[in-house]
Amino acid sequence: MSNEFHIVVCGSIVPDPLQTLEPVQGAQGPELKNEMMLPAVLDPWAGHALYEAADLAVKNPGSKVWLVSLGPKAKLQQVMMNIAQKVPFELVCADGSASGFTDSFEVAKVLAQSIEGIQGMDKSKLLVFGGWQSASRGSCAVMQMVGEMLGISEQFQGVDKLTAGGGGALEIMERIEGGAYQVSVCTGTPAVLGWATGELPEPPNNPQVGMQNMRLVMPALQQAKPANVQGSSLTFQSVELPQQRRETRVVKDMPVDDMAREIAEWLNS
Amino acid sequence: MSTILYLAHTETDGTLAKISREALTAAQELAEGMGAELAVGIIGADVSAAAESIGSCKARFLGVSGDEFSQGRYASDVAAAEALFKVVTPDVVVAPASFRFSRAIPGLAVRVDGRVDTHLTGLEAENGNPVAKRWFYRQRMMGEFAREERPWILTLDPGCFASFEGAGSVDVELVDAALPEMRTTVTGIQAPDADEQTIRPDAKTLFVAGAGWTKKQSDGQSHVQEAEEVISQFLGVTKASLGSSKSLVDISGEGQAVISFLTHLHQVGQTGSTPRHTKGLATCCHGEEPHVVGWRFINERRAINTDASCGWAQGKADVLYVADAFELVKKLNELLA
Repeated sequence: MSNEFHIVVCGSIVPDPLQTLEPVQGAQGPELKNEMMLPAVLDPWAGHALYEAADLAVKNPGSKVWLVSLGPKAKLQQVMMNIAQKVPFELVCADGSASGFTDSFEVAKVLAQSIEGIQGMDKSKLLVFGGWQSASRGSCAVMQMVGEMLGISEQFQGVDKLTAGGGGALEIMERIEGGAYQVSVCTGTPAVLGWATGELPEPPNNPQVGMQNMRLVMPALQQAKPANVQGSSLTFQSVELPQQRRETRVVKDMPVDDMAREIAEWLNS
Repeated sequence: MSTILYLAHTETDGTLAKISREALTAAQELAEGMGAELAVGIIGADVSAAAESIGSCKARFLGVSGDEFSQGRYASDVAAAEALFKVVTPDVVVAPASFRFSRAIPGLAVRVDGRVDTHLTGLEAENGNPVAKRWFYRQRMMGEFAREERPWILTLDPGCFASFEGAGSVDVELVDAALPEMRTTVTGIQAPDADEQTIRPDAKTLFVAGAGWTKKQSDGQSHVQEAEEVISQFLGVTKASLGSSKSLVDISGEGQAVISFLTHLHQVGQTGSTPRHTKGLATCCHGEEPHVVGWRFINERRAINTDASCGWAQGKADVLYVADAFELVKKLNELLA
C-alpha cells in the first residue's frame, strides 16, 4: 500500500564553500564582506533533504514536495536556476536575510508561518524536512522550533535513512555518538526530519524538470513577501576569523624509512 | 536572584557522559559569575546514580525518571525538560550538546517562550550577564554575543570546559512529566562491532584518507584493495579514528570502487564533522578551505601527499611529508606493529 506525503523541505542558500569568508560590521550587526556578491549554493544539508524528499515522493505516488526558503530573492533566483533542474518541487519564498548571524528563533518563525500558508498542504500528511545543521549558522535548532511552532512532536535529527512502511509507519535512522545509529519507528505523519547526508547522490541536471519547475519558481520569487527576522535582542560583541597560520615544515628529500620513523615517534609521543 | 537550570540525561548505564559533566562545570562557573542559584535537572530511567556522581555540586537536584526516559526521543525528552523547567523557572538553561539533547532542547525554547543558542564553545558572566561564544559558518569565524531575552537556553559542545568531578549523596526531587501520546518507539541501536568501528571520538589520533588513495598510481592502475588493507592495518595498530575527505565519500555515493568501510559518517570538513583529537595525520588530501574546517580542533597536524605546494598542507599542517602514501604508511605499519 502506498502512502501519500506532503513534504515541505526547509532550506536556504549559503556562500559557496570554496569562497573565503570575512566578517564585517554592517548596519544591523555582523555580516559577510561582499555578501551579496559571493556565489551562493543551496545549503548542502538542505540539498540532501530535498533529494531525499523527491525520492520519497517518487516512491509514493500522489505525494508532493515544496521547498520553503528564506533568503534574498535575487540570490535565490540564481541558485534556483541550478537546483530547479535536479528534482521536481514547488518553491515557497520568504524574502529576507539568509545570514548565519540571524537568530535561529526568528528564522524558525518565518519558516513556520510560510509552511502554514501553503495552499493545499494537508497537515495530516505533512513531513517537514530540512538539514540537521547548515553551513551558515549551523545551530541544529531551527527545525526543532519549526516543528514545535507547527505542533509536531515527532521529531528526528541527523537522519540518514527513512523507510516508509505500507501502513504509513516510518522507520528512521538517526545518527548518535560514536558512528552509531538510533533506529526508531514512528506511527506516521506529521513528523519533522532534520537530515544529515542521507544516502542519495546529487541528481544529475534534467532540463525538462528545470523548465517545469521554473514555471512556478519565477512567480513564487515575484510574489515573495518580505520577511522580518530582526525581532531579537541578539547582539554580537565581536566576530573574528581565527588567526592561525602554521609554519609548515616540508619534508621531501628524506628516505621513506626515516619519514616513517619520524611519524611513528610522533604518534607514540 | 536569578536561577540557572543545568539539564543532563543519563547514558544507558545510568552514568553521566563526559560532555554532561563539562556542561555542569560551565553552568556552575556561570552561576558563580552571575551570583545565581544553580539547579540540576537529570532525565533518565533512573537518575539517582548520576545525581550522586555529581553530588558535591552545591545545587538543588531534580529528576524525571522512568522507562519512558531511558532512551532519547524528542517528545519524551522535551516534555521532561519542560517539566523540570516549570518547577525551577530559571533565567538560563545550560545543557550538553549531546546528540540526544541537540535533538530535543531547541524545542524547549518554543514551549517556554525563550530563545536558544547551541553548540557554544565558551560561556562566562560579564557584569552579571551571560556572554556566549560559538563558531559560525562551519568553524570559519568565532562570534561572541549576548541577548536580553529570558529564558535563554544554551547547549555546550564537548571539550570546552573541564569535566566536573565530585560525588556526594543527594536528595533528588522527582518531577512528573506529562507525556503526550507517544507515536515514536525506539527499536534499537545499530553500531558496528567494536573491532570494526573506525569512528573513535576518544582516540588520540585522527587519520584522514583523501581521494588520492583511490586514484591511479605510478603504474597507471588504481589499488583500492591495497589501500583498504594499508589503512585498515594502520587503524588496527594505532587505534586511530578514521576520517575522510568529501570527495572520497562522494565517490562511494556514485558507486565507484572505494574503500569499503568509508561512509558519510566518516566525512570531516565543511559538510562533515569537526572532530576533536590531539593529533591528525592527513593522507592524500588536497582540499583547501572546506577541508581545513574539519581540522579546526586538531592540535598537532601532519600530512602526507605527493605535492609539496598542496594548498591544504601549506600553512595548515605542522609537517608535510612529500611521499607516496602507500609506501610510507606501509613502512609506518611495520614500525608500529
